[in-house]
Amino acid sequence: MCRIGAIKSKNYFHPSRIFLLMQSMQKGHDNSGFAMVMQDLGGIFKGFKNYPTLSLACTDEGLKIAEDLLHAAGFQRLLHYEPKTNPQPGLDINTMPNYVFETFMYPREYQKASAKEKGEILVNMRLTLRKALEEGDNGYVYSFWPDVLTLKEIGNPQDIGTYFNLWEPDKNFTARIITAQCRQNTNYDIVRYAAHPFFLQGYTVLANGENTFYLKNVEFQRKLHRGYIGFESDSQCFLYTLHYVHHELEWPLPYYKHVITPLPFEEISRRDDKDQLLAIRQSLAHLEINGPNTIIGVLPDGTLFTCCDAKKLRPVVVGRTDDYVVLASEVCGVNEVLPDRKWEKDIYPNEREIVSVDNNLEIQRWKQ
Amino acid sequence: METMKAQNITTNDLFWQVKYDASRCTLCGSCVAACSFRAIECKVERRRMVFSEGDYPDPKSRFSAVPVIRQVNSVKNFCRGCGICQKVCPNDAIGPVRNPDTRFPVISRCLMGDSIKRGGRKNLEGDHRALDSIGIGRISQMTDPSLDASRHTFDILAPFGRILPPKQLPLKVGADGKLEQTERTPPVRWIYPVIIGDMSIGALSWRMWEAMAIAVAYLNEECGLPVRLCSGEGGVPERLLKSRYLKYLILQIASGHFGWNRIIKTMPHMTEDPAGILIKIGQGAKPGDGGLLLAQKVAEHIQAIRGVPKADLLSPPNHQGLYSIEESVQKMFLSFNAAFKFRVPVAIKVAASATSVSVFNNLVRDPYNIVGGFFLDGIDGGTGAAHEVSLDHTGHPIVSKLRDCYLAAVSQGRQGHIPLWAGGGLGKTGDLAAEAFKMICLGANGIFAGKLVLQMAGCVGNDRGRCNACNTGLCPVGITTQESALVHRLNPEMVAQNIVNYFLAMDKEFRKLLAPIGNSSLPVGRSDALVATDKAIADRLKIQYVC
Ligand code: SF4
Ligand code: SF4
Repeated sequence: MCRIGAIKSKNYFHPSRIFLLMQSMQKGHDNSGFAMVMQDLGGIFKGFKNYPTLSLACTDEGLKIAEDLLHAAGFQRLLHYEPKTNPQPGLDINTMPNYVFETFMYPREYQKASAKEKGEILVNMRLTLRKALEEGDNGYVYSFWPDVLTLKEIGNPQDIGTYFNLWEPDKNFTARIITAQCRQNTNYDIVRYAAHPFFLQGYTVLANGENTFYLKNVEFQRKLHRGYIGFESDSQCFLYTLHYVHHELEWPLPYYKHVITPLPFEEISRRDDKDQLLAIRQSLAHLEINGPNTIIGVLPDGTLFTCCDAKKLRPVVVGRTDDYVVLASEVCGVNEVLPDRKWEKDIYPNEREIVSVDNNLEIQRWKQ
Repeated sequence: METMKAQNITTNDLFWQVKYDASRCTLCGSCVAACSFRAIECKVERRRMVFSEGDYPDPKSRFSAVPVIRQVNSVKNFCRGCGICQKVCPNDAIGPVRNPDTRFPVISRCLMGDSIKRGGRKNLEGDHRALDSIGIGRISQMTDPSLDASRHTFDILAPFGRILPPKQLPLKVGADGKLEQTERTPPVRWIYPVIIGDMSIGALSWRMWEAMAIAVAYLNEECGLPVRLCSGEGGVPERLLKSRYLKYLILQIASGHFGWNRIIKTMPHMTEDPAGILIKIGQGAKPGDGGLLLAQKVAEHIQAIRGVPKADLLSPPNHQGLYSIEESVQKMFLSFNAAFKFRVPVAIKVAASATSVSVFNNLVRDPYNIVGGFFLDGIDGGTGAAHEVSLDHTGHPIVSKLRDCYLAAVSQGRQGHIPLWAGGGLGKTGDLAAEAFKMICLGANGIFAGKLVLQMAGCVGNDRGRCNACNTGLCPVGITTQESALVHRLNPEMVAQNIVNYFLAMDKEFRKLLAPIGNSSLPVGRSDALVATDKAIADRLKIQYVC
């Protein structure tokens, strides 16, 4: 089973904190992988917030293919960063030759384009890169978006931390929001792309659980957007639905909950907004989840949120101090990172709410 | 001695032979009175008894005339095997026995010069059914736990009405961050996923129809199950049209337009909208053949409701004046939508056929968004009356056709826009919940069943040629007849009770199927929950093969 966690802070912090959070929950997962997405970047990326950063794990040839394609498309490199690795005998990690984070300037003709247009070319570029690298098994493109870094690897999370020197705080490599998950998705094949958090156009989602309507979701989502691909994990569907509801349909976040875990018909019929809720439920019936799960997500504006399935078969807890909000599958994770918080103020979201955290760390509990 | 005439019919030529035990018979006459087909009669037999009195043989004969019951040798009044005689006989002296050596299919045609007509279902291949090779194989374990069938809330409802794709929903974000609806959307009713349908008031006796109407009202108002009844072609009693129970009724119009005159005239007096309109294009059990109500069933009240004289009532095989799908969408759908001011969903029923997917594709792409349901009827459905050749040899099974339609929608990203309803022999084993559930996993939103409801009422017919006399107007249990004496054999309250109880049992079974796969709403299209033990079926339906 997966364990998921997220830390959001007013200040930049290093991923070592997220490793600490995940390590304490290690009994709950199978130590088969680690993945994280860092958003609102600090350190050396701080000055490049408006420029897209590519997160890539690849072979030498893969790197060349990717850079050539980007170059041909008019992207100019501003920054190149490769985490210093620490290979040691006995580490349980399945490595790639290169881990690359590169920031680019938009092609000249897009520099004045709207955010929406930029968002579209970034997706197109990432899909092109993914396809090109897939062909010769030359690597994995996890994200290509401003102010976002993604790292995923197969192996023991503790060893992955050691390999990338991520147990040691480093002020050059920080962010204000980090989401992470341990374990590869072993329900299906072990593939790097199958590890959440998943990312698309500013939206990040990670989940602990199962999506029993996976097939229904997939069959529907394939036709909704060119970026809805892969489906290596049943949790990817959660991301695509979030993206569809919030980005494509432009509905506010609470409606995400109405789509994935709609109210029973009987409750809908008693509501003032029954017409809208019914229209949503019937029109998006194929995006319902109907399985045990907890979702943690991040919106493009940095809002961090969590919600659970309608039957509350998966837990999640929110702990906080003035400077930090921590979301985790198990409270031991929160205890590890925020030992001095007022634990009485922890929130255990129920099956009918979304708990969201804005950029001032204000918490909102929204009831479905 | 009589001459042997090869062409004479004997009971050995018929489907059923009546076995009679004169030694047990008390000659009460109940069987003869009860046989609605006049397939047995009282007769006097001449008997000769040879006896000898005294110590030495001295044969004498005595003749006597003995009253007996005898089977009629006729291709008109032939025994249907209904077993009513056996039911009424106090002494177990009489009953039908299937005759494996029957010559009926040949002699009936030779003697009558007419095609054989009957009711019931297709009687060929009755035992081999795709659904029997399919199981619900994805049982939740560990991380994805099963639900508690008795504690969780389950949403066992299906849509009837056109569903707009998400990007066409007229919703915009209001000042308070809530979505507001800016325009009307097509009407959609969420109803129970099993519709009782669609058997006309001419085909059924008034008591049977009344029983179904009582059952549906009770299920809705007392049991909370929003079950709908489809009227079938042939109109609806005026009192029901004006009553509040109309909301549980789907009105059907078919190519004969029978009964629509009265429906239209009653419209201004309706206090409720009907649940929906179903335009019947074809019927799965006899595709390409129109409705057939033989004159013997056109009783006075049927003449009144349909506005017709006593005559054979034949619906044309097609709707005159409709030459294309586009035209039908514009003419029929628009006019029926408009008739009820776009408040009532309008759906279409077609026979499953090699061309069903094309029809469905055309409808799903209709730009008016007014086709509110696609009812697909397979070969195994029942009928009140049809030519046997159509029943047995035309048509298309429902399972793969439903699946094809669903997958056609999936390939266009249009699944769910036009709800798919499937029927045609579903539940004929008695397990409607399981069969409906499998169909739902294959992509149906809901199913419809008719013949099974007759069975709940006491129909003794089956797929092996038993009874199937629905066309004759002589239904021995009062279901498909308008003969007063026969109709009175049916107790509508008890029939209603049977239907209600069956639905309650089925509802419980739905929960018992939903819980183990961990779903609280219907798994429409969740074919990953199914497995098939037959490789060909698995491949055809794109589900997992298991052995
Ligand atoms: S089985 Fe039915 S049809 Fe045959 S003789 Fe008996 S009552 Fe008549
Ligand atoms: S019992 Fe009635 S309804 Fe059933 S097959 Fe016989 S005639 Fe038809």
